Amino acid sequence: MDGVDEGSLARLFRAALDGDERAYGDFLHETARLVRAWARRRAFGGPDPEDIVQETLLAIHIKRHTWRCDGPVTPWLYAIARHKLVDALRRQGRHSQVEIGEVEDRLAAEETETIRDWEIGRALETLTPGQRSVVTAISVEGRTIAEAARSLDMNETAVRVALHRGLAAIARRFGRD
Amino acid sequence: METHELIKALAADSRRTGVPMNAAWWGAVFAAVVIAATVFFVLLGPRSDIASAAQTLRFLFKFVVTITLAASAFALLRMLSRPDMDPRGPLRFLAIAPALILAGVLIELAVVPAETWSSRLVGTNSLVCLTFIPLIGIGPLALLLLALRHGAPSHPALAGAMAGLVAGGIAATLYASHCTDDSPLFVATWYTIAIAILALLGALAGRRVARW
Repeated sequence: MDGVDEGSLARLFRAALDGDERAYGDFLHETARLVRAWARRRAFGGPDPEDIVQETLLAIHIKRHTWRCDGPVTPWLYAIARHKLVDALRRQGRHSQVEIGEVEDRLAAEETETIRDWEIGRALETLTPGQRSVVTAISVEGRTIAEAARSLDMNETAVRVALHRGLAAIARRFGRD
Repeated sequence: METHELIKALAADSRRTGVPMNAAWWGAVFAAVVIAATVFFVLLGPRSDIASAAQTLRFLFKFVVTITLAASAFALLRMLSRPDMDPRGPLRFLAIAPALILAGVLIELAVVPAETWSSRLVGTNSLVCLTFIPLIGIGPLALLLLALRHGAPSHPALAGAMAGLVAGGIAATLYASHCTDDSPLFVATWYTIAIAILALLGALAGRRVARW
């Protein structure tokens, strides 16, 4: 799946907005790839590019109604990514006294390939227990809505609502301290 | 959480999409006009001689300016509520209303005697104008900022200021039917200050409200 062009990305997104879950997943994976490459070129020594990727994906999700369906999708994606990168750089500027040490630590961590704790982990901790278990079941454990409903003893509507609210709360909390 | 895990959660939440921006904007502006009109008719109401005033060019010209401002600022506000809109090009449409009022001022200066300039500029309603345009516009501003929050502006302060101009344009249009000072000299001075107050409020609030 290398080099998906503007046209097919827009087609995927349009199908996604019509409710095609699989198309949405493909669209988000492709977007993550684009934003990752983009962020790596711009955030060197700054915020973790993967944080930018995740924050951008969440913002795309929450604000997907701001895309004009008849317009191109990549300028819209990069505008959101830019907004989030600027946000992250600004945040880091506020905590710049720890910058050097932090960067060295991160480089060391990347060398040893340890599992990194991204910002999203911190945002996840601020959710209500119910929202957190639903979000975790579907993301980390990879369950479907129906499976999550069964394992958590909830009905599917409640799972959908908890997931929706949980993701919105993560997007709001992301990177805020 | 890894990125591919996050994507699973986002894809599972694909059913609930937000209200489309067009619907949000037209809903907000409709409610804004209703609220502004309600406040206006409760607190002020149109002037008693409105029928004869409507025969005069100066009276009608006020509406040309205020409606132009409201419409052009609204078009820009809608653009600014999307992340990928570059405002620099369309921003020049915002110059139409100031250009109109400037032309009105120049014509006024040419056709009326110089000794009446200052009395026409000061008028009799400047304080009413400075009070009621912001008062009528504050509700609409709040509604427009809510719609802006629903969007994703890359320039929240600028977009907030634009919401203030729309609210000011709506409020000034209503107020113009009450005010007996019809000289462009009055309008260019006091309306501008009153609308600028709303634009400033909008810019300050936009930075907070429209963060995303």
